[in-house]
Parts: sequence; C-alpha cells; structure tokens
Amino acid sequence: MSEWTLFEVFIRSKHGLNHKHVGSVHATDQEMAIENARDLYTRRNEGVSIWVVPSAFITATATDEKDALFDPSEDKVYRHASFYELPDEVGHM
Amino acid sequence: MTNYDELTEFLLRLGDSALIQAQRLCEWTGRAPALEEEMGMMNVGLDLVGQARNWYEYAAERINDGTDADALAFRRDERAFRNLLLVEQPNGDFAVTMAKQFFYDAWQFHLLTLLKQASDERIAAIATKSLKEVTYHLRRSTQWVERLGDGTQESHERMEKAVDTVWRFTYELMEEGDTERALSASGILPSLATLPELWRSTVKHTLSNATLTLPEPASSFYLNARAGVHSEHLGTLLAEMQFLQRAYPDASW
Repeated sequence: MSEWTLFEVFIRSKHGLNHKHVGSVHATDQEMAIENARDLYTRRNEGVSIWVVPSAFITATATDEKDALFDPSEDKVYRHASFYELPDEVGHM
Repeated sequence: MTNYDELTEFLLRLGDSALIQAQRLCEWTGRAPALEEEMGMMNVGLDLVGQARNWYEYAAERINDGTDADALAFRRDERAFRNLLLVEQPNGDFAVTMAKQFFYDAWQFHLLTLLKQASDERIAAIATKSLKEVTYHLRRSTQWVERLGDGTQESHERMEKAVDTVWRFTYELMEEGDTERALSASGILPSLATLPELWRSTVKHTLSNATLTLPEPASSFYLNARAGVHSEHLGTLLAEMQFLQRAYPDASW
C-alpha cells in the first residue's frame, strides 16, 4: 500500500464546464486511478468526466509565502469591476 | 421440492450466481488491500445484488405462490440454489478472488450481450441495464488479472496458481445446458450456442496479455449446479448469509 502512488482527482459534473478538484486516490497506475476515482467520487451521479494526475506532479505555493503572494492585492479595490461607477446610459451589464 | 419451469430455472441460475458472487465480495469488507479497492469491490457487489433482485422478482412472479425476491434469496436451501460452482468457491488470496471475478464477468458480459436480443422483453430489459454495469466489472477484473499476471515474479506465480485453482469449475461456463437449449428452441431466448466460444476467446486474450497459460477446456465432473449438487462451500456461505431471516423470519429495518 505504501508503494502505491497518490493521484489527485478532478471531476467535471453534468452542468459544469470545468473539472473541479474533489480529492485524491491511491493506485498503482493511471488506469487504476481512473477506476478508483470513478468508484469513490462518482457513486452519486456526480460526474461525466474524470481527470487524474499524480500528486507529485503538482507544484504548489507554500504556506509561508502567503503574505507576500496574496496580501498585496487586498487594498487594490480598483481591480474589482464594482469599484467603478457605471454611467446610466450603459444600463444593466 | 418444487419443480420450476425452464424459464424460472434459467432466471434462478442468473439471480443465484449474481447473489452468491456478491456475497463472496462482501467478505472482503474491512480486509481489502486498499481502501480504494474495497470501495471498488463493494460497488461491484452492490451492482450484483441489484441484478439478483431483478432476476428474482421476475422469477417470483412466474412461481406465483406468494414468494418474493427476499424469500428466494434467504429461505431456500442449498439444493435449491442454481448458481455457478465457480462463484461459491472461497475467495482465497486476492489473485483467486480476481480470477473468479474475471471468469464470471467474461461469462456475464457475453451472456447479457446475447440476452439483450431476447424476445422476452423483461429479460432483454434487465440484460440491457445489467450489461452497462458488467462492462465496467469486466474492465476492472481484466486489468487486475493482467496487472498481477504481468507484474512481479510473485504476483505472476500467484495469479497462475489462482487460475489453476478455480479453472475446473469453469466447465459450466463452457456448457450449453438442456434448459437453455429448450428456451432458445421455443424462441424465448436467442441461441446461446456461441457463448462458450465467446467466453474462451475473451479469456484467451486476457491470459495472453497477462503472460499466463491458457489451460485446456475444463471437463465436467460429479458436481452439477444445474441439479443443485454444489461443492461443500455453498452450505456454509448460505448459513451466514441467511442467518438473520432464518432466526428472525420477516425481520425488517
């Protein structure tokens, strides 16, 4: 069991346009990962498509980088569309 | 003992095989090699219980003496069961379990594919629904047989031994019985004469991919599930499976 690879699982639901991360599975190879994902994450009619990717292939941000990476955007309210007042003539967008 | 008509016998053969195979899968609960594999096996088991229910409900309507699917599952004795000898065999190690599953899945796959064309609409409908599930079951068990057969030296040896262990019970999968022949002749079922060759061809292909030896076709021997003459393993399996309904008849949730 300890030799099995960990895979991250992404499912696209019937009405969804994109695959969403739902969890992970252990498997010996990609084919088994797809099947295990099907058995664990689509039992209740959740999906129409599955992606699996070895967890080791994912590069992630580190927790201690959080302040430097994400805090600076906190006070840039002008980056949100709601910051701007729409002229009346534009109507509903 | 009640004598059932040929169609009812055939329905019980399908229903009993699915139920007993499911019961054997249940025995892996809490013991599977990985959590993921356990879920996978239980999903297959649940599919098979559902299939058994469909065949039993049809059989119960034909028997028409007040019996129902639960009574057929839990209140019949060993000699009344018509399941394949293969599915009642003990699970052994994981390789034996997968050998049994694969041989059974391949049989189900080809049988249900043929039964989709049955003139009996109820049979055709159940076969169509079940075939979707069985297509996946066969895919899973095929991959396990190939993975273990063509894996490490130990997994190869164990898979080869597993095939040898259960092979003699596969003679029933290669045999068109009088019941099936009669049902085909009367037009209720399509001809099942090609089933043995289809089954063997699938098995040959997969065993070859798995670098395993394809044994010569198994021959019949004194056990005969069609007549209710089972191996010693079915009795103990039923004792466990039927305990609750036997001890507390009509118990419900």
